[in-house]
Amino acid sequence: MYPYIPHTDKDVEEMLKKLGLNDIEQLFDDIPKDVKLNRELDIPKAKSELEVRNRLIELANKNCSLSNVTSFLGAGAYEHYIPSVVNHVISRSEFYTAYTPYQPEISQGTLQYIFEFQTLISELTGMDVANASLYDGGTAVVEAALMACAYSKRDNIIISKAVKPDARKILKTYAHAQSLNVIEVGIDDGVTDLNQLANLVDENTAAVIVQSPNFFGIIEDLEKISEIAHKVKKTTFVASVDPISLGILKRPGDLGVDVAVGEGQSLGIPLSFGGPYLGFMAAKKEYIRKMPGRIVGQTEDLDGKRSFVLTLTAREQHIRREKATSNICSNQGLNSLAATVYMVTLGKKGIKEVALKSTQMAHYAFDELTKSGKVNPLFNKPFFIEFALKADKSTEEINQKLLENGIIGGYDLSKEYPQYENSSLYAVTEVKRKEDIDKLKSVLEGIL
Amino acid sequence: MRNYDKLIFEISKPGRVAYKLPELDIEEKPIEDLIPKEFLSDKELNLPEVSEVDVIRHYTNISNKNYGVDTGFYPLGSCTMKYNPKINEDMARLDGFANLHPYQPQSCVQGSLELMYELQNYLCEISGMDQITLQPAAGAHGELTGVMLIKAYHESRNDNKRNKIIVPDSAHGTNPATAAMAGYDIIEIKSTKEGLVDLEQLRQAVGEDTAGLMLTNPNTLGLFDRGIKEIAKIVHDAGGLLYYDGANANAILGYARPGDMGFDVVHFNLHKTFSTPHGGGGPGSGPVGVKKDLVPFLPVPIVKKDNDQFYLDYDYPQSIGKMKDFYGHFGILVRAYTYILSMGSDGLKKASQMAVLNANYLKEHLKEDYYLPIDTIYKHEFVLGGLKDSLSEVITLDIAKRLLDYGYHPPTVYFPLIINEALMIEPTETESKETLDEFIEAMIKIAKEAKENPELLKTAPHNTVVRRPNEVKAARDIIVKYEG
Repeated sequence: MYPYIPHTDKDVEEMLKKLGLNDIEQLFDDIPKDVKLNRELDIPKAKSELEVRNRLIELANKNCSLSNVTSFLGAGAYEHYIPSVVNHVISRSEFYTAYTPYQPEISQGTLQYIFEFQTLISELTGMDVANASLYDGGTAVVEAALMACAYSKRDNIIISKAVKPDARKILKTYAHAQSLNVIEVGIDDGVTDLNQLANLVDENTAAVIVQSPNFFGIIEDLEKISEIAHKVKKTTFVASVDPISLGILKRPGDLGVDVAVGEGQSLGIPLSFGGPYLGFMAAKKEYIRKMPGRIVGQTEDLDGKRSFVLTLTAREQHIRREKATSNICSNQGLNSLAATVYMVTLGKKGIKEVALKSTQMAHYAFDELTKSGKVNPLFNKPFFIEFALKADKSTEEINQKLLENGIIGGYDLSKEYPQYENSSLYAVTEVKRKEDIDKLKSVLEGIL
Repeated sequence: MRNYDKLIFEISKPGRVAYKLPELDIEEKPIEDLIPKEFLSDKELNLPEVSEVDVIRHYTNISNKNYGVDTGFYPLGSCTMKYNPKINEDMARLDGFANLHPYQPQSCVQGSLELMYELQNYLCEISGMDQITLQPAAGAHGELTGVMLIKAYHESRNDNKRNKIIVPDSAHGTNPATAAMAGYDIIEIKSTKEGLVDLEQLRQAVGEDTAGLMLTNPNTLGLFDRGIKEIAKIVHDAGGLLYYDGANANAILGYARPGDMGFDVVHFNLHKTFSTPHGGGGPGSGPVGVKKDLVPFLPVPIVKKDNDQFYLDYDYPQSIGKMKDFYGHFGILVRAYTYILSMGSDGLKKASQMAVLNANYLKEHLKEDYYLPIDTIYKHEFVLGGLKDSLSEVITLDIAKRLLDYGYHPPTVYFPLIINEALMIEPTETESKETLDEFIEAMIKIAKEAKENPELLKTAPHNTVVRRPNEVKAARDIIVKYEG
């Protein structure tokens, strides 16, 4: 017997009888002999829940959870405190066992939280409209680029090398398939080289894409980049942003950005070894009919009651097939609920407080670590919660020694940027305490 | 509580909070000393101010307006709304999995890599393919990955004329949308009266410009295409490759494998076949498997094993690159792995048997009152074409809406496009005979109501929290955020 299959032998017998059959195998007679598998699958037999649990715990225990070590990794995935309410809400099975809300009468819960999510993301980014989510921050950058190409009917996508490497790699993969051109702009002291950018933007430019805070944690001058991007009409200025940073930084919508995208993992989603996370996209209203993915709209029902539905579906694959704005179907539903609950729980004061406290801790760490002169800032630019440091030894060597002391060091920048050898990217958020940073400092100074 | 109708913004009150963070244990500096003023916002964000109790009551109340698999029967065709085992949720939340940064040193993440490695192998065995990538985020994303792999394969052979993907008219909308996104033109071929690929049409459609064929088998009608070997031969002889859309894999676990049917690339939807939750529209996961000729092009990284150490292998010089951040939806992979261990080879086969039995049992009962365009043995789902009494003014939408009154999630409607008034029904294996019998009874009652009191159906639903929200108005008077 199997706990998720309720059929008794008698049930099976009765049901087969209704079909005029006497053997379950007859139901598979339509599979030709030459494609039928004539052996058992070579995977283990069914296990009890206790055995399964023990195996999973055994595997989980082979990992070093961040509960047991102190980590300074960021580079696109951040440790922020997740209030208990988040997991409790997303654990309601009315939410997590539901399908995409195609039947609005019995999906008002899902539809309403997506509407709230769109409102919160629009407010945070200062944009007119937001969609219901995309897979992650990287694919959100790419969807924005494709939208810009469709919007302008142009093929050139300009992207800063200070945008996180994964996003640029995904962009190149997608762009290759559609014969679009990706043009990368260099870095000048940790920020996008604006002179180079100005020379690259022309009437073939569909999109200018930057990230702020960028991959090195540095705040880009979005206002100035907007001027450069918009010197040509119909060029879309895309900024990938850290939603937590918007607790204190100026919003992309207030700085001339046309499309704001980003990674929403910081908004109440566990690190979970890289996924599932949450891509978001918000834009000026003229982009709404070109946006990818689900959008929820408010309407009225037969009795005039406020209700919510999936809207502008003529953009989507299930209606438009090959003419859809994107092939996206499943998105990050439940993770957008987690982000909604997080944003609501932290609310007006909390997002700002998380941003401020993370900034204070990160800048304390920066000051402390650079004091002795054994490690030096790689760049000299204003940063949010992440900064790059250069040492005399390789990051690999440093991190190995840090690990022996229960510390996971910064991200090794030389992996993706060979020009930054011996350089590490440290992230510090509100979950770090003074003692964590002081320990890092003393161990680091002992190594160097 | 069903009448609760507030948005979170409407219960906000200045001064309320739902959180508390630790005090700083360092000397606080003026923020302008840390970040130049020109970058700092001088506006207050207009976000809600609520208490923790408000948050919980609000979302609990709106959850009551939702319908999940845990609420009741969800026979949504092509979506495989099977039960989501609770242990899967617990395992994904284990501290050693949930609190793990993707860039931790490999020595710190051996458990995760081992899980991914084993899952890759299990999915290879189940699909009959040579290598799996766990990276794609969802079914459509798996399709896109797969079609890009097909493209990379042809390009590597300098076979650059191949600019068309063939898709049957019964295909999911994501198939043509995906092929277009991968830069292909689409050729749609019509199905035979039996709902299968028309071999003659296919022979005429293939040629030097054929990159590949995308196919679901069993197809979206729920029929196993017996001509699959011949289909594969036609496409392969023309130099094209075969893509398997795994949306319907729940019908054939342990019975047939796409790899043995001749497919070159497949994707699975872990949120369908392998019981991970649909989450109200994600996150899903869409691993892709390939035959060995396509292995060099897989997105990086792939999890490998060297002696007893697991590692992420980036050494694929011909790789299409990356399809998403990091390595895939790891949290979903944990759930699917847990499910495969729980079910085992025997349980997975049993799941397909009961899924197919349930579908045929429903079909056999419902064909009395509903039009069954093709009367045969189905796999895990079947498609009705509305009421048998074709004179009725009652349409499929009315039947779907009336089912809501009876407490069911309706089947998929108006898909596949090749059947008029389609009602696509997939019960899955996790539903009992009693549940099916009750559903049959409701469907028979509805057919009777359609004759005796069609108005009752035309105006359905009658006891849901909202009734037929106006979608035209939503698309015309666009309101996509709360404006106070």
